[in-house]
Amino acid sequence: MRTFRALARAQWLGFVRDKQNWFWILAFPLMFLVLFGFLFRDAGASKNSLAEVGSVAVIDQLPPDAKAQFERLFTVTRYADPAPALAKVRKGDLDAAVEQHGSAVVLHFSQADAVTAARVQGTLSAFIDGANMSIAGVKPTFELRPEAVEDQSLKPIQFIAPGLLGWAVAMGATFNAAMPFVTWRTSKLLRRIRLAPMRTEELISSRLLVSLVVAFVQMGVFLGVGVGLFGLKLTGSWFMAIPLIVCATLTFMAIGLIAGAISKTAEAASGIANVIILPMAFLSGSFIPLDQAPGWLQTISKFLPLGQLNKGMLDVMVRGQGPGAALVPMAVLLGFALVFGLIAARLFRWED
Amino acid sequence: MRLSAGRAKIGGMTNVIETRGLVKNYGELTAVDHVDLTVPEGTFFGLLGPNGAGKTTTLELIEGIRQPDAGEIRVLGEPVWPRNRSLLPRIGVQLQASAFFERLTVEEQLRCFADLYAVNTSRVEEMIRLVGLEEKRKTRTEDLSGGQAQRLSIACSLIHDPAIVFLDEPTAALDPQARRNLWDVLRAINDEGRTVVLTTHYMDEAEILCDQVGIIDHGRILTVDTPRNLITGLGAAYRIVVSEGAIGVEEARGIPGVEAASLEEGSLSLSTHDPAPALTALAERNALQGLQVTGATLEDVFLTLTGREYRA
Ligand SMILES: Nc1ncnc2c1ncn2[C@@H]1O[C@H](COP(=O)(O)OP(=O)(O)OP(=O)(O)O)[C@@H](O)[C@H]1O
Ligand SMILES: [Mg+2]
Repeated sequence: MRTFRALARAQWLGFVRDKQNWFWILAFPLMFLVLFGFLFRDAGASKNSLAEVGSVAVIDQLPPDAKAQFERLFTVTRYADPAPALAKVRKGDLDAAVEQHGSAVVLHFSQADAVTAARVQGTLSAFIDGANMSIAGVKPTFELRPEAVEDQSLKPIQFIAPGLLGWAVAMGATFNAAMPFVTWRTSKLLRRIRLAPMRTEELISSRLLVSLVVAFVQMGVFLGVGVGLFGLKLTGSWFMAIPLIVCATLTFMAIGLIAGAISKTAEAASGIANVIILPMAFLSGSFIPLDQAPGWLQTISKFLPLGQLNKGMLDVMVRGQGPGAALVPMAVLLGFALVFGLIAARLFRWED
Repeated sequence: MRLSAGRAKIGGMTNVIETRGLVKNYGELTAVDHVDLTVPEGTFFGLLGPNGAGKTTTLELIEGIRQPDAGEIRVLGEPVWPRNRSLLPRIGVQLQASAFFERLTVEEQLRCFADLYAVNTSRVEEMIRLVGLEEKRKTRTEDLSGGQAQRLSIACSLIHDPAIVFLDEPTAALDPQARRNLWDVLRAINDEGRTVVLTTHYMDEAEILCDQVGIIDHGRILTVDTPRNLITGLGAAYRIVVSEGAIGVEEARGIPGVEAASLEEGSLSLSTHDPAPALTALAERNALQGLQVTGATLEDVFLTLTGREYRA
């Protein structure tokens, strides 16, 4: 136990005292989070912006439940005069403007954005149809009730934060296993500490502890920035991200150990780790959400450890699934950890 | 002759290191070539040889960090390969190249080794004082000078109070003062009954410190003996030098026991195997100004054994 503590302490100090480490495993991925966070800040808001010129009775007098639904779909700004509202529509700052003259509801839209125009038109006419029917006292026979599969508030940050966190954790764990052991091997420190009555398990497990602490620091900072700065909303069983990250750290540490074992220098190890992690991050949806990706990419991602981590984290952190949703990704990650761990154990070298 | 305890007693002394027919090849090169060594407990043993002679490799084989291609090794009666964890707390090793945990201070470094060997942390302070690094305790190992790093590395190898200490060129990077201090430290360790095995390039160091010196070249042990025996075994003449003028060259040649006399750069140089009568004769003639007497050194032993000039 004392050996374990001593090794963990030495490795932790060795890690935290190198500012470069913090840059690569924290500041660098965080830069992406902030960048993507700002870029897509408003993109996901599926609401349409609507200018209400004067008073539009058909909107103002909607029954309460219809009103609530209307407000979910439209952000309404009131204008007394049509001119400034129309100017904004023309510039694309607003999706449409609406006024009512007697029984005629006039919708002003811009042809420049035909898709938005059609959407606004379709949505608004649904409300007007509803109003017509209720005035005529017709009880609708059919009712369409659209419900999104995701949390209705799903904004891009909800996808971006878990994906980038997955990438950061994978990168941290891989580099944290690959680099120190190569450095220690080339500096002959491994050989020196092997002359002390230390067990291999103590060395590996102390490194694992350091990597886990680093991963949780990453998680804390990512969630802090996501929630605090970009309105990230975590769903009920987000805490299952913790065991997911533990399993992933095991897997990526094993990958890092393999990278370290086959490299002669720390530079080579970092190169190999990059070559593994970066493409995997793309294929696993860390940078681009896989929902809109072609099917084959989604299939590939299922066979990648980072794909499993990302899927598990999305499910429990933002898709509102129960804790059970993390179990399959965790099991797959542990399977990867076992296989890579065995390979790493075979390849591990104490000296060159 | 093997005792059940695994320790062979020879002449009442326990041999803490025994190797037989030790061989290590690196491809075509035989770095260690049938080395037989026996080091009795409490001995200060020196392995002397030029670069590439096989000193480090021999030590590493004995320390159990390299696998021999042939031969047998017993340290404290136990096999060293494969890694023998029960033996490790009883040996202390300073490797030729210092290796430290990166970005730790001197104190933290020693603390870590104290933990690895499960010894009292008060040893950290003792070791810092022992190697004179009091002012550097908060310095990171990367910022130490070569000699300071060397001293820290030695401190790390002594922290757990081992029975046998292996030091690979411990004084290589040290200034003369630090070198002398380290000699004192090593002597003190040896006086406590610990066995010290060191490699060195320095003949004077081996001569001053070691009870036994093994001379190694091309992976082969050429001879093992006390420095004194090695030197007298050469049968080399003493050189006596006095200032010119006090006595003539012819007169000097006439002194009993003097085999040769010559003038060299303002000095008179005599050569004799028996310096006592010659010195008496010089004293009677009041001719001892600028006296220097030099005997043979290990350097001469090396030269004779290898047929090569020693280049440290
Ligand atoms: N890992 C290795 N691979 C190949 N050859 C090696 C290796 N280590 C040592 N050698 C060779 O074995 C020979 C003995 O090396 P060793 O390090 O034992 O010498 P040494 O006596 O310690 O020399 P020095 O005084 O320079 O430290 C040298 O010729 C060296 O080149
Ligand atoms: Mg050497």
